[in-house]
Amino acid sequence: MSPDVVLVRTGVANVASVSAALRRLGVEPRLSDDPAEIRGAAAVVLPGVGAFGAGMERLDAAGLVTPLRARVERGEPTLAVCLGLQLLGLESEEEPGVPGLGVAPTRTRLLTGAPRLPHFGWNQVEPDPGCTMLAAGEAYFAHSFRLDDGPALAAEGWSVARSLEGEPFVAAIERGAVLGCQFHPELSGAYGAALLERWLERAALPGWGGVA
Amino acid sequence: MVRLRVIPCLDVKDGRVVKGVRFQGLRDAGDPVERAAAYAASGADELCLLDVSATREGRASAVATVRAVRAAIGIPLTVGGGVRRVEDAARLLEAGADKVAVNTAALERPELIAEIKARLGAQCTVLSLDAARREDPEGSGGPPSWEVIVAGGTRRTGADAIEWARRAVRLGAGEILATSWDRDGTGEGYDVELLRALAAAAPVPLIASGGARTAVHMGTALDAGATAVLAASIFHDGVTTVDHIKGELALAGHDVRPTPTPTPLNFQ
Repeated sequence: MSPDVVLVRTGVANVASVSAALRRLGVEPRLSDDPAEIRGAAAVVLPGVGAFGAGMERLDAAGLVTPLRARVERGEPTLAVCLGLQLLGLESEEEPGVPGLGVAPTRTRLLTGAPRLPHFGWNQVEPDPGCTMLAAGEAYFAHSFRLDDGPALAAEGWSVARSLEGEPFVAAIERGAVLGCQFHPELSGAYGAALLERWLERAALPGWGGVA
Repeated sequence: MVRLRVIPCLDVKDGRVVKGVRFQGLRDAGDPVERAAAYAASGADELCLLDVSATREGRASAVATVRAVRAAIGIPLTVGGGVRRVEDAARLLEAGADKVAVNTAALERPELIAEIKARLGAQCTVLSLDAARREDPEGSGGPPSWEVIVAGGTRRTGADAIEWARRAVRLGAGEILATSWDRDGTGEGYDVELLRALAAAAPVPLIASGGARTAVHMGTALDAGATAVLAASIFHDGVTTVDHIKGELALAGHDVRPTPTPTPLNFQ
């Protein structure tokens, strides 16, 4: 059974690749920026949306801040990709002073250790033992900013997967049926497809109404 | 650390893959969707699709090709050719491109790069740079230099290629796709001096293009500072496969992503 998946319409970039990846898995996503749909959908994808400030502005203008926060806090099936992941945090160096959704206790900073930016290409992902959706393997990244790592994430129930590009950084986080990926699962070939499939399986299960 | 990338390139004209020598004498090289799927299965790290159509009708068909290729493959897709306005770039992203390459129009109006970056992000903004070696008529023996060549290789501009790359990155280009006009389609190897000069000038990922025939050519480009190597003819003609090339690069000590499942040497 394929769950009802809503792709948040952000007005910019990369929705086509996410849609195509879901279609290859037999899911036809709906594009929407209606707060009621985002609140009620079985599963929601928040794709990358260009820059941090513009991304938050768009979510705010569409009235999506509260429904997205509620989904993540309840552990409801939600996938945030690239900038989408960064928006879950408290704030970003990319746009100082603009608060993020604030549902993950972390901040976004420039990936300073990388010899060249943006960090473009395939890199190894190493999940914590606590991860149940994220697996070890290689995924495709396209970004210059990354989340701060630290004990605060684990303290709030997040399991972390990491990568290395000059410095270790957060490649993805998961909690309940919420998955946030700095990499692009939709562009990560078989590895990404398998990860999307595990997330969709979880979304199809009843009972993801809250996190411990 | 991030892997070095191998990128097959599909030059597409009116819905078909084509390939020439120094951008001229184009011949048919197959169906883009079939090619794209075969290269992705063979371990391609990304694909590049350059629309070489000269007409508006060709441009429209390129968007349809991007849509069809995107439906078939789950790896990144860079699309270039005929991008003159930020709306052109947005249309290609909507069709399924992940990065958009700008070339002629950006040289004529460099702000185009800043506009695409502002709307779509640096991670979507690729400078496609076609560079031709300058003659050295006095035989001075000085360091080599290159000039930017545009309009599908038909017009030398006099603009210095290295300086243009530097400026494009300042404006917001997140990657440089550097094609040597002198080597394109010749199989003589990349212009390694050009790559070295660009890698030193611009702190962004650098894709080597034009002239590759062997894994040794590719390894030399990676040693010169390229972070990805692009090739067309050798993959189209069945001279080798992506999988085979990556195996050879790995044996030579280059950090490439292993192909998930091997494919036969000759898929044709």
